[in-house]
Formats: sequence, C-alpha cells, structure tokens
Amino acid sequence: MVGTTAPEVSAAAAAGPAPVKKSESRNLNFFYGQFQALKDISMPIYEKKVTALIGPSGCGKSTFMRCFNRMHDLYPGNRYEGQIMLYPDNTDLLNRDVDPIEVRMRISMVFQKPNPFPKSIYENVAYGLRVRGHTRRALVDDKVEEALRSAALWDEVKGRLGDLAFNLSGGQQQRLCIARALATDPEILLFDEPTSALDPIATASIEQLIADLKEKVTILIVTHNMQQAARVSDYTAYMYLGELIEFDVTDTIFIKPKNKQTEDYITGRFG
Amino acid sequence: MSDATAVKVREIRALIARHKRWDIVFGTIGVLSLMIGVLTFTVLFLDMLIDGAPRLTWDFLTSFPSRKPGQAGILSAWVGSTMVMIVTICAAVPLGVGAGVYLEEYAPKNWMTDLIEINVTNLAGVPSIVYGLLALGLFVYQFGLGQSVLTAGLTLALLILPVIIVATREAIRSIPAAIREGSYALGATKWQTAAYHIIPYSLPGILTGVIIGLARAIGETAPIITVGALTFIAFLPPAPLQAEPPFISFEWLLSGFTVMPIQMFNWTSRPEAAFQSNAAAAGVVLLVMTLSMNALAIYIRYRLRKNIKW
Repeated sequence: MVGTTAPEVSAAAAAGPAPVKKSESRNLNFFYGQFQALKDISMPIYEKKVTALIGPSGCGKSTFMRCFNRMHDLYPGNRYEGQIMLYPDNTDLLNRDVDPIEVRMRISMVFQKPNPFPKSIYENVAYGLRVRGHTRRALVDDKVEEALRSAALWDEVKGRLGDLAFNLSGGQQQRLCIARALATDPEILLFDEPTSALDPIATASIEQLIADLKEKVTILIVTHNMQQAARVSDYTAYMYLGELIEFDVTDTIFIKPKNKQTEDYITGRFG
Repeated sequence: MSDATAVKVREIRALIARHKRWDIVFGTIGVLSLMIGVLTFTVLFLDMLIDGAPRLTWDFLTSFPSRKPGQAGILSAWVGSTMVMIVTICAAVPLGVGAGVYLEEYAPKNWMTDLIEINVTNLAGVPSIVYGLLALGLFVYQFGLGQSVLTAGLTLALLILPVIIVATREAIRSIPAAIREGSYALGATKWQTAAYHIIPYSLPGILTGVIIGLARAIGETAPIITVGALTFIAFLPPAPLQAEPPFISFEWLLSGFTVMPIQMFNWTSRPEAAFQSNAAAAGVVLLVMTLSMNALAIYIRYRLRKNIKW
C-alpha cells in the first residue's frame, strides 16, 4: 500500500464477520483551483455497509463524496491528487486513464434536492438503462419495476408510470431518484444529504430505505444531521476543514470518540 | 391608547403617505411611457389598415404585380417571402442551435471561447446591409448561387444566426445544474445529455429566439436588394411538388424572386396615389404574417413548457 494506511477500526468492530473493503481513499487531496478543499484523506468504505460523512458546513464532506463519481470533472479548474481504489478489481477511480463515465456507470449518486427529469416516471428510471444502450422493451420494463420496488415506490406509482415525475410529492421524487440510481445495479450508491429538502415523514421513509438497501449495495452518505448518521450508518467519518478527523464504527464515534474535536462536535459544543 | 402612541402612529402614517407619493409619480411616468409605444403602434397600424382596406381582397393575394394599381397583387411577394423564410429556417436553426449547444456544453472555458462568445454577441449588431454585401460576394459570385431564393434565404440565415445562438445559450443556461449533473451521474456522455435533456428542455427558449430572428428577417429589405431580388416579377418559382416523378423538385431554390418589403418599397416609390394604398394593404398582410408566426411560437412554447417546472 502506498503512503499512510487507512485508520484502523477499533476493537468494537471485531464482533461479527470482518468487513470487506469495497473502496478506499488513499492520501486524497483535492483542489478547486488554488484552494485545497481536501487534505490527505485516507479511509476505507466497507462493502454492504452504510458509511456516513459528518461535519460542519464547508468541511468538505460533499466535495469528498463527489470525488467518488468524478463529478468534479464536469467543471474546469478542479484537480485531484492521491487515489480512490475500487475493489475487488483494484481500479483507481481518480487515474487519468480511467474514464469518468466508466466510474459513473459503476457508482451512482442521489442528490441533495430531488432532481427528477421533466419526463415520465418510467422514463426517469429507464434513463440509466437507455444510456447503456438497453432498448429491449421487456428487459427495460423488468428493470424499471425492480428498481421501483427496491426504492419502495412501486405500489404508489405502478398504475401511472406514464405520469410526469413532477406530479409526485417531494419524498416520492427522492425515492424516484433512488430508483433511477438503482436501476443500473451500481456497486456503490452515494447519497448527498438526501433528506435535507424533505419533511420528517418523508425523511423517515428514506432512512428506512437506506437501511434496507445496504443488503444489496455499498452506501456512502453525507449528512448534516448527526442523529441521522447515528440512525442509519455502520461507520462514521468526522471531517473538519477538509481533513478527516476521525473514522470509526458509528457507535464508537457517538459514544466514546477518541478525538477531542469529534467529541466536541458530537456533543454540540461546537458546530 | 396613550397620547404618545397616537402621535407616533400619526407620524408613521404621514411618513408612508409621503413615501407613497413617489409610487404615484413613478406609476404615472410608467403608464405614459407605455402609452407612447402602444398608441404610436396602434395609430400607425390603424392608419395603414384604413389606407389599405379597400385593396384587401382575395384578388390582391392571388394577383401578380401590375402597372395598373387596381389589378396589382402580392402573389409573387408573399410566395417569395414564404420560400425565403423556409430556406432561412432550414439553414439558421440547425447551425444556431448546434453552435449554441457546442459553446455551452462542449467548448473548453478559456479565452478563445470568450473571444468567440463576445464576437457572436456583437454580430447581432452588425448592420444588415453588411450581410447583404458579404452575401453578394460569397453566395452570388463565389458560390455562383445567383440572385435566387437560396441566396436570399442563406443571407437572412446569417443575419439571424447570432440571435438564435444567443437565445439557445440563454435557454441552456436556465436549465438547473442539478438536472445536468443528474444525467452525467448516471454515466451519460455529453451527447446523450444534450440529446435527451439539454436540447429538449431548452426548446421553448430556442423557439423564442428563432421567432424573434424570423420576425426581423421577414421585414429585411436592404440585404435582399443587395443580393439582387427583383422588384417586378410576374411568375412563380417552380412548385416544389410535381405531378411526375421524382415528384419533389428543388428548382425553386435557384429561381428569381421578390419579397413583401421590396414589393411595398416599390409601390411607395410610385407617384400614383393608388399604389400607396397597395403598399398599405401589403403592409397589413406582412404584419399579419409576422404576428401569426409569433402566435404560433407562443402556442408551441406554452405546450412545451407545461411539462417543465423550475
């Protein structure tokens, strides 16, 4: 392994089978032009677990997440240093030779505000399949249904797949975006503050969904809500000013964090 | 209520009344400025309508121009205008939309792109006669397209190209970043994102630009005269659809032609008063052509926008 190793998880994690690394950030630095937004971040993402990124506004948690699907490549002046490895095939997602489109085909993302396309419910979910060139009607139909079921939306929309996505409620729109992301069987699903635009009931349903989804897919979630991180995640990383302060099992982070800064943030003395 | 409060309330009301005076002043100025525009247009239009009304008959639309004002019509002019507009649309829309999408979605953000951007915007302000001279040199002499419908259509296409490019870019910029990111996040290429999302969602805005451009183009006289439109023409170009195979003919593209504003100009420069009412009637027809194009655009835009909310 290159550079410093990822922080090891405390003994509390030892219970149960050892988690498998799905991905790993190694000495990741990220620059918006001259400004360094991420400083030397190394941490693992475990397979079929939920990893939460927490920290005050501007700490770089969203920036870090958007490195995983190379979203920063869409805008000029952004630069990565270091590696994000994807296992088991040992692909470095940040390598110049790796096409960002390939990365995005393997890693899906759900955004902060629901962003359905102004098309039908069906077309929204089918879009990822269309991008991959799937045209066989039966196959697309099956995949759309499967994805909508996984996103716990099927029962609410099955009779009106041709309706415009904008006619759904905010919570339904967000679940539609989750279905859209799931339809292409991603290896990792990124959630960027998925409930910050939703009411408490819709939030609860999304959180339930995340808990169900981790059986199928590895999840990385950014949240500004510490209770949410505590409720949904298995691992938590606390970030501050572009640095990773502490990474551990969620219970450890919230009950007895090793770092004073983490403790101050968790207990509300700071942030 | 204590006296002190009563005094304070009275002061507040006096203050509001004083401030509201400016609302009234500005409101009045606003209504007056609006009226100058609206009334001028209404008076001009009514005057033209009254002058032209006696000539606005079916015969007027279906007759060729003539030396006798009572028998002269605008058949060749409106057919010519329509054909020129068709060529203009076919040339300007794909080029303008293509250029706009390229500049917004594909072009690297550097000084070269900035330079092109500024120049495209400036092109919209170049006098139309300059386009006419360019077209005379390029299309008529260099490409040998002659003084034809095709030449005129391409000339006007050049003229409105910057308008369409700018409108396309504005429309694309109004699409939220979240929608674009949503498409890219699913592994779409630039072309897939443009074809599935960017172009369809910016169509209403593009359409507005196309109509503004066409409304300008249909009234243009100078560049059309420069490329050599005829002022007196008593025949129609060959029909695009024919009875014998191959049924479709493109000969009309290379035919001589005239357009509505030239016909009007021709009539207004005649000494006989009767020709003046012909010109007025033609003006009414030209205005109706423009307004119905606008109406169509507004309708289509409304239909397209119904599904798009942001």
